[in-house]
Amino acid sequence: MTPASPLTAASAAPGKSRRIALAVLLLAICALPFLVTNYHTFQLTMVLVYAIALLGLNILTGYNGQISLGHGAFYAIGAYVAAILMDKWGVPYWATVPVAGLVCLAAGFLFGLPALRLEGLYLALATFALGVSMPQLLKYKHLEYWTGGVQGIVIMKPDPPFGLPINQDQWLYYFTLAIALVMFLLGWNLLRGRVGRSLIAIRDQPIAAEAMGVNNSLYKSLAFGVSAMYTGVAGALGAIAVQFVAPDSFNIFLSITFLVGIVIGGLASIPGAIYGAIFIQFVPNIADQISKAAPWAIYGVFMIGFVYLMPVGVAGAIRIAWARIRRGSGRNGQQ
Amino acid sequence: MLQTQATSGNSLLAVDGVSVHFGGIVALDGVSFDIAPGQIAGLIGPNGAGKTTLFNCLSRLYRWQGGRIVFDGQSLLDIPRHRIATVGIGRTFQNLALFRSMSVHDNVMLGRHCRTRSGFLSNALRLPRVVREERASAEQAAQLVAFLGLEADADKRVSDLPFGTQKRVELARALASEPRLLLLDEPACGLNHEEVHALGKLIHDIRGRLGITVLLVEHHMSLVMSVSDKVVALNFGRKIAEGTPAEVQQHPEVVQAYLGNGD
Ligand SMILES: Nc1ncnc2c1ncn2[C@@H]1O[C@H](COP(=O)(O)OP(=O)(O)OP(=O)(O)O)[C@@H](O)[C@H]1O
Ligand SMILES: [Mg+2]
Repeated sequence: MTPASPLTAASAAPGKSRRIALAVLLLAICALPFLVTNYHTFQLTMVLVYAIALLGLNILTGYNGQISLGHGAFYAIGAYVAAILMDKWGVPYWATVPVAGLVCLAAGFLFGLPALRLEGLYLALATFALGVSMPQLLKYKHLEYWTGGVQGIVIMKPDPPFGLPINQDQWLYYFTLAIALVMFLLGWNLLRGRVGRSLIAIRDQPIAAEAMGVNNSLYKSLAFGVSAMYTGVAGALGAIAVQFVAPDSFNIFLSITFLVGIVIGGLASIPGAIYGAIFIQFVPNIADQISKAAPWAIYGVFMIGFVYLMPVGVAGAIRIAWARIRRGSGRNGQQ
Repeated sequence: MLQTQATSGNSLLAVDGVSVHFGGIVALDGVSFDIAPGQIAGLIGPNGAGKTTLFNCLSRLYRWQGGRIVFDGQSLLDIPRHRIATVGIGRTFQNLALFRSMSVHDNVMLGRHCRTRSGFLSNALRLPRVVREERASAEQAAQLVAFLGLEADADKRVSDLPFGTQKRVELARALASEPRLLLLDEPACGLNHEEVHALGKLIHDIRGRLGITVLLVEHHMSLVMSVSDKVVALNFGRKIAEGTPAEVQQHPEVVQAYLGNGD
């Protein structure tokens, strides 16, 4: 979180250059699908999907200090809501995304209520229980009509609309990108003002937060709901991109991977969600290329390396480096 | 309700026979006193006398087993913990309770929480009224930061600042909530001689310029005695004296309590 005061005149100048940099970056991101293969485009789509999920988890764990070892469950709920809506009711794919988000908002809020009594490791255990039980719930016999049981549900890949001259993978990328941009904009707005400050205050010093008028219980359960909503939206987008949902793709390992993502990317950082998403999407592949025999050992080495070299996450490391560059150039400018 | 009105009379805060025990320990034992609007009241007593316990009751952090606390005609029991700031009771903490990872400015901004209303949806959409509210809060926070001489540190993380500065940040944060009653728990602790002197002036300003009633817990006797209109002395959870600073200072039980503790 950048604590820069809106009153300082200094923030105006970097604000402008930052805006230009953002515009250039956005252009590059839009050009990407034309520069790489379809498979890589699909992988980039998954980076966007994970980035949304990680932003959600970061709101809860990074900003508000409530640890979750079970966010894979909300991702699964989002994915299944999308798949079932398309499979059973023929709902168009784009309309399933907001529904998945709302269902997860409610699910997260409701789970957050009893979780209010739990803190630290106990909350970790409760969310772990949620994450670890989700695949089995999805296989539950009496839900099989909806969930397709162990077989899961196959989804059709959407065609680009309005006769756009791009292929399906490219379209999915832009569709996901548009939603990711909206979600990040909303998240940034949420976190930079009164609500974001309160979430951090609860994490830093809950007693003082409440003494200043923050309704801790309400904010914590809403944080849970919003967090689950983000992850659910990601789940729906992921299901559409992968064209398939099955219980075992949403095992506890997915939840742990999300946690890895926010820690590596940077806790309580919005860009951190993107860095974390790049890590969890590509590092397993790289590890696999390095050693077919022990890819997870290589993954572990990467993880330890990142944590060792960037103890405050990639976002933190970039922030520190950037501050150093700025301070350096400032000094040169004065001489 | 009628009874409530009667006890509070024209006092802002009425503490009436309040008792708190933790297991076998009696932290407060039937303590009663009133504070009139605009007063600076001192609360003294040796270590463990129950001063912070009383503050924690006023913040609704602790439950009291007996007695009543009435603030501005309203029983505190009817006010949930997170509404205490809204009704007008602000406080600082004996052992700093700042939001460590946030800047000075943001800490003070958080003090405005109870005076602002925008919620999750309007923040996410950054509606014009959110922008307006945020700007007004930022202005007020900047004024308080200046009032407490914290301008140079406004954008620094509070955890990077020296103890004395952090204490001023807590005070700024408490003032940001526009309290009618301000509870200060040992604000002079850890300050040097000049800083204590400046603090005395500041407390006078808070009452004089901002019109805020103050309840001051302090071991620093010359500070309490010089700023307070009245002083209440506790020992082992019981009120042993109440009156003007001069009266309380000479009260035999007070003298005894402090000598007995070698303080
Ligand atoms: N949460 C608690 N649980 C158990 N005992 C407590 C608790 N809070 C306070 N006490 C006890 O109540 C008594 C009064 O403590 P309190 O902190 O109110 O004293 P104080 O007057 O503020 O002292 P000091 O000047 O040292 O700050 C002490 O015996 C203390 O140990
Ligand atoms: Mg105390």
